[in-house]
Amino acid sequence: MLGMLNIALIALLETEEGKPSLLAVNPGLIFWTVITFIILLIVLKKVAWKPILGVLEERETFIKDSLDKAEKARLEAEKLLAENREAMARTEEEAQKIIAQGREFAEKLKEQIISDSKLEAKKMLDDATAEIKRKNDEAFESLKDQVAMIAIQAAEKIMKENLDTEKQKHLVDRFIDDLPKN
Amino acid sequence: MDANTVKAVSDTLAQANNKSDSGWILHHILDSRYIDFEPFGRIPLPEIHLFGFDISITKHVVFMWLSLLILVLIFYAVSKSYKKSRIPRGFANVAELLVVFVRDDIAKPTIGKGFEKFLPYLLTVFFFILTANFLGLFPYSATVTSNISVTATLATISFIVIQAGGIRKNGLFGYFKGLIPHGVPVFLLPVMLVVEILGLFTRPFALAIRLFANMTAGHIVILALIGLIFILKTFFVAPVSIAFALFIYLLEILVALIQAYIFTMLSSLFIGMAVHQEH
Repeated sequence: MLGMLNIALIALLETEEGKPSLLAVNPGLIFWTVITFIILLIVLKKVAWKPILGVLEERETFIKDSLDKAEKARLEAEKLLAENREAMARTEEEAQKIIAQGREFAEKLKEQIISDSKLEAKKMLDDATAEIKRKNDEAFESLKDQVAMIAIQAAEKIMKENLDTEKQKHLVDRFIDDLPKN
Repeated sequence: MDANTVKAVSDTLAQANNKSDSGWILHHILDSRYIDFEPFGRIPLPEIHLFGFDISITKHVVFMWLSLLILVLIFYAVSKSYKKSRIPRGFANVAELLVVFVRDDIAKPTIGKGFEKFLPYLLTVFFFILTANFLGLFPYSATVTSNISVTATLATISFIVIQAGGIRKNGLFGYFKGLIPHGVPVFLLPVMLVVEILGLFTRPFALAIRLFANMTAGHIVILALIGLIFILKTFFVAPVSIAFALFIYLLEILVALIQAYIFTMLSSLFIGMAVHQEH
């Protein structure tokens, strides 16, 4: 079968007198091929290749530009982010410092207030003690004076009445009644 | 044995030999003056004679024009769709894929600097061969690229483009001087010149034969496989024949693409060699 195919193929390629052959060159066809190809080249160059290649190039540059722009924007954003982060860190640090300062100040204030109030209290206590002592002394003094006065008055009265025990007793009782009740 | 019988047998044999079994295969592959629509009849094509030359419209001319029409219509639609928006839609995607393929994978790496000048030619030749190859796969159509006249003409155009590109870039004298490699001994110069100039012609010759043979072979094999059914006169061979024919047909689709690619690729390569001779 293969042999048959082989023979057939050879027969196909053989040029025979008056018979059409695969290798026969037809000048008319060459002429039309040239004409057709040149027309196709001119028409397609005008209709297709120029606009299509133009659009492709335009789009490629557009995409390239867009990518470049995006890249630039990304770098910009990254820079901004880093800056923001730094600023935030700085602010945080600042805030921490302020808080620490406030705490320290408050602590100091507390200490001072406490010591102040202790001092005040001590002073008030001292004052109060002194006052009490003074009042005490005053009262004692006045009591001493009064007792002396009373003794003197009683002596006076005794001197005046001077007689029987009955009367004396009565006198003393009256005197005691006369004493201020305190 | 009856003399009549002998005569009849010898007549039959002679006729069979004369007709040769391949006749009908050739009939399908060769050019003709009419378009066959078996069994519905045939459309005759006009005969034209100009200055003593026979430039009749033949079947292959008609199908060549059909590919021209298809290509122009498709690319007109594609370039029109680009006017509407920069984003390709539908068929424009396919066309763009192929255009970009020819530009970035064929022309740019082989020609290098200044490839834009040759791009319209390469694109046209690629799409023309591609369309003609695919058109030949349709029933009732003819494969234009399986005609040696057509492929030889295309190869000649390629040859002209290659030489023109080389001469334009390097100058007439510089181009032919550049053909001879550096460091060749003086006594070898005449030989080298002959060899190199012969080389210039063998390249397009190979282009023409390659395309022609590839596009013809597939069709012959398909027709021969189908023909087996009739030669062996049995239905049992039909499934095998058809299965193989189908396989070859699918292969043909691949070959149609590959041959268009190879023709363009080699043309581009030769242009690159002619333009940048130092390499």
